[in-house]
Amino acid sequence: MSTLDASAAALPAADLPAGDNYLTCDRGFKSWAFTLDHKRIGVMYLTGILIFFMIGGLFALLVRTSLPVPGVAGQAKGPITAELYNKFFTLHGAIMVFIVIIPGIPAALGNFVLPLMLGAKDVAFPRINLMSFYFWCAGVVLALTSLVLGGVDTGWTFYTPYSTTTNTAVIPVVAGAFMLGFSSIFTGLNFIVTIHKLRPPEMGWFKMPLLLWAIYSTGIVQILATPVLGIILLLLIVERAVGIGIFDPALGGDPVLFQHFFWFYSHPAVYIMILPAMGVMSELLTVFSRRHIFGYSFIAYSSVAIAVFGFLVWGHHLFVSGQSNLLNTIFSAITFSVAVPSAIKVFNWLATLYKGSINLKTPMIYALGFIWIFGIGGLTGLFLGTLATDVHLHDTYFVVAHFHFVMAGTIFTFFGAVHYWWPKIMGKMYNEALGRWGAMLSMIGFNITFLAQFWMGSLGMPRRYFHYDPFFQPYHVASTIGAYIMGFGFLLTMICLVHSLFRGKRAAANPWGGVTLEWRTASPPPHYNFDRTPPVTDPYDFNLVRYNADTDAYDFIPAEERVAVPAGHH
Amino acid sequence: MADQVQHGSDQPRVGHLVPWTTLLLTCFALMCLTVLTVYVAEYVDLGRFNIWLALIIATLKASLVCLYFMHLRYDRSFNAIVLIVAILTLMLFIGLALLDTNSYADELYRPDWDNFAPAITQQRDLAP
Amino acid sequence: MADAVQTNAQPHADAHAHPSNLQHHFDTPAQQFDASKFGMWLFLSTEVLFFSGLFLFYTVVRRHHPDAFALGSTFLDWRLGAINTLVLIASSLTMALGVYFAQRSMQRALVFCLVLTLIGAFTFMGIKYIEYSHKIHEQIVWGKWFNPTRGHEAAEHENAAPHGEVASQQDAEAAEPASGSHEPQPAAASAAPAAAIQSQPTAASTDSAPASEPALPIEQSGIMMAGNGPSGLAAGEEVEEKGEEPELDTYALAKQRKDVHLFLGVYFCLTGLHGIHVLAGIVMIICLLIGAIKGRYNSDYYTPIDVGGLYWHLVDLVWIFLFPLLYLV
Repeated sequence: MSTLDASAAALPAADLPAGDNYLTCDRGFKSWAFTLDHKRIGVMYLTGILIFFMIGGLFALLVRTSLPVPGVAGQAKGPITAELYNKFFTLHGAIMVFIVIIPGIPAALGNFVLPLMLGAKDVAFPRINLMSFYFWCAGVVLALTSLVLGGVDTGWTFYTPYSTTTNTAVIPVVAGAFMLGFSSIFTGLNFIVTIHKLRPPEMGWFKMPLLLWAIYSTGIVQILATPVLGIILLLLIVERAVGIGIFDPALGGDPVLFQHFFWFYSHPAVYIMILPAMGVMSELLTVFSRRHIFGYSFIAYSSVAIAVFGFLVWGHHLFVSGQSNLLNTIFSAITFSVAVPSAIKVFNWLATLYKGSINLKTPMIYALGFIWIFGIGGLTGLFLGTLATDVHLHDTYFVVAHFHFVMAGTIFTFFGAVHYWWPKIMGKMYNEALGRWGAMLSMIGFNITFLAQFWMGSLGMPRRYFHYDPFFQPYHVASTIGAYIMGFGFLLTMICLVHSLFRGKRAAANPWGGVTLEWRTASPPPHYNFDRTPPVTDPYDFNLVRYNADTDAYDFIPAEERVAVPAGHH
Repeated sequence: MADQVQHGSDQPRVGHLVPWTTLLLTCFALMCLTVLTVYVAEYVDLGRFNIWLALIIATLKASLVCLYFMHLRYDRSFNAIVLIVAILTLMLFIGLALLDTNSYADELYRPDWDNFAPAITQQRDLAP
Repeated sequence: MADAVQTNAQPHADAHAHPSNLQHHFDTPAQQFDASKFGMWLFLSTEVLFFSGLFLFYTVVRRHHPDAFALGSTFLDWRLGAINTLVLIASSLTMALGVYFAQRSMQRALVFCLVLTLIGAFTFMGIKYIEYSHKIHEQIVWGKWFNPTRGHEAAEHENAAPHGEVASQQDAEAAEPASGSHEPQPAAASAAPAAAIQSQPTAASTDSAPASEPALPIEQSGIMMAGNGPSGLAAGEEVEEKGEEPELDTYALAKQRKDVHLFLGVYFCLTGLHGIHVLAGIVMIICLLIGAIKGRYNSDYYTPIDVGGLYWHLVDLVWIFLFPLLYLV
């Protein structure tokens, strides 16, 4: 790649001030606000997303705190009224879905890591990348505006006819989601073009790290599904503002049409959430078991399959909304089949771990936890995909527990990824003990919270209810206790990360012994990513590195020293 | 300001040059098809299928625009695949949603639907 | 897009090793060009899906309210729609020619073509403005504001009472007979202004079914001054309307049904969103024009013109479908 060498020649590493990297090369607010450097954009996203994760979590704690006491219908519980409760769960959902988890791994980590993994100098369209971040900020501002104006109480799904008739500040939050949708579209667009066009010539499609297959598949979903969200939100705003009547039966409209529009996006959206997490899983499990990935092609193809299948199942959210029997059957059948590619991945990961040399660092704890958490989440989805049981389980806490389990798969993998790439991004090592405690407490608390919800959901406890039959109180109490444990665990994690910025050990270039290209450059990387063009290798061949006890990190073995690897190793 | 690179201006450095005659011909064909569309709408009566005929002509016009004005004929085929996938997704969305609304259309859009609808509204008003 | 419009000319001593306009993260101009076009095609596919929701809205309304749909469509003038179609096709041609001239480094021709494209765009918006203002003036709009009132009546109406707040049954009574001839209601009409503000259901037996009373407040307006009601015939307006279909007064018919407004909702959403895209296209073309005048585009580097052209062709594509779907029902 001639231009890499050319720019490296322009700034030879020896002439750089010691420790000059992308964080220190330029200073001042404007150098961040108008940066075109994908690494800086990634860091800004990461900071914003972590902050809003805590805010969304705060709303979750408010939800759970409203619920240990069943209450009496028509009466408030202390300072919390039913209307306020509605706002709590709506804001929790909207913030977590649109601001945190959809941008999530692609924006916060993909932006940073993707070009590095390709040995490239930036994404294909750096200015569009920055614009994508501005859209995210705009979405956040609009959502906060809604908060200031009293919040929204429609549920994050904005179902009509309530959302078109309620008096709360629906339009700002919907407009915010619209902006966030465009942020997502442009991120996906950028990543697809980058992966197509900026791969080095030696890196064929089947020599890419699997994270890139995942991000590519996510990009496909972002491009095709998110515009439909855009139009439905626009129609909702127009309906509220001027009353066209598309969703109003009195004017000849159809409220269920909203659900078709909404879920046509929102179901593929959950695959936007999970696919990058699965990509990260492939990276974490291989590095921390020192094993080549098992079944590379299967995992790669299954990512694309999940993306495609994800478009064919949205009707399973409409099973009890009056959807026709024909469509119910079609969607139920396809919903079963969408579990298959996910299962293929899980079995391949387990095979990867077999006879591996497991290193229980914090990222690995998160990754192993994912297998349990996503396993349960995915399997319980099958109960919901079955028509007969869904009639019983729809709109109960069973659904809430199901989607929290799968989304927690994303969140915990997200934190695993944050810890994994933290040394690369910040140049600091986090405290391993704090990291592990944070991971374990949050995952244990999570399980307590939501296993209780599976139980009470199957017994009939409806979701989004403020007052409930006292029969369910023990479950709610358990769930709330779990939520606080989980919150404390996440707090520990945040403390761990922030603490590392001030007191963390300086990170080596390759603390974990990864073989993908980002580990071939310094931690943190220089502004232009690589001093010299990194050679393209098999991304999971761990014979290429060796442990260095002096630095407690790994070095890449120079080519002349490397022992020939017998064929058929993996 | 970029310096003008002086070399033969017959072919661009990248991409492909579509002859201006081709472009003019395409435009002419599009205008003719527009006239045809109007003619068909006025004078050809196929009942329910009129809309399909109009859509077929529109698709023909769209194909001309895509192939010649947008250079798809001369471009990498992957760009065309992107467009086709988007159109297929659109058809999937509209098709299945329409399939669904069709099934309960008889109940929702009864001939006396304006008598039906107020009942729902009134029921809502009764709720606390 | 912003990336495509603003070039990134970096001064370099060796033009061959690192041509100007080549961004630092690309290796060759061909790679950059391909990437830009690919990115624009991805964006166009998002636009296709963005409109898809509105096409679903269209399909559902048309499928389930076919008569109201056909009736609503009569309020559109297909000739204006056809002119707009031809205008957009012509502007697409000039845009494609602009790309051609850029590829051949013919700067003056490029500027000329961009100017022509811009003229086409403004013409389109101008005709759109005429259509919209006519409809808004005659209250042929969406939802509960749908209340088609012929021009002269609309003028009277605007002077007499606040827009959209009137509910009176006089017009319903007057519109009853499908034959279009208004029954003389001079007494009721003269009492109009005061009663007009209130949504008072008159006890007139010619009123449509009681179920039309507001639980669905579809206002009936039209304070017809005595001289203007039945004398509409004398004013000659109705003769003009009846030119198309001698037997039917579409305005009156539309007011009898409760669902014609849905067509207008579809119309304004589709053409409105399209119009917003045309406006964005105008801004984009102006940016390209400025760059072209400054001599930025030539056979070495014309990517922004090419990708901008792609966007403009998409705008044309959408209209190619909108025209028969809306105007030629």
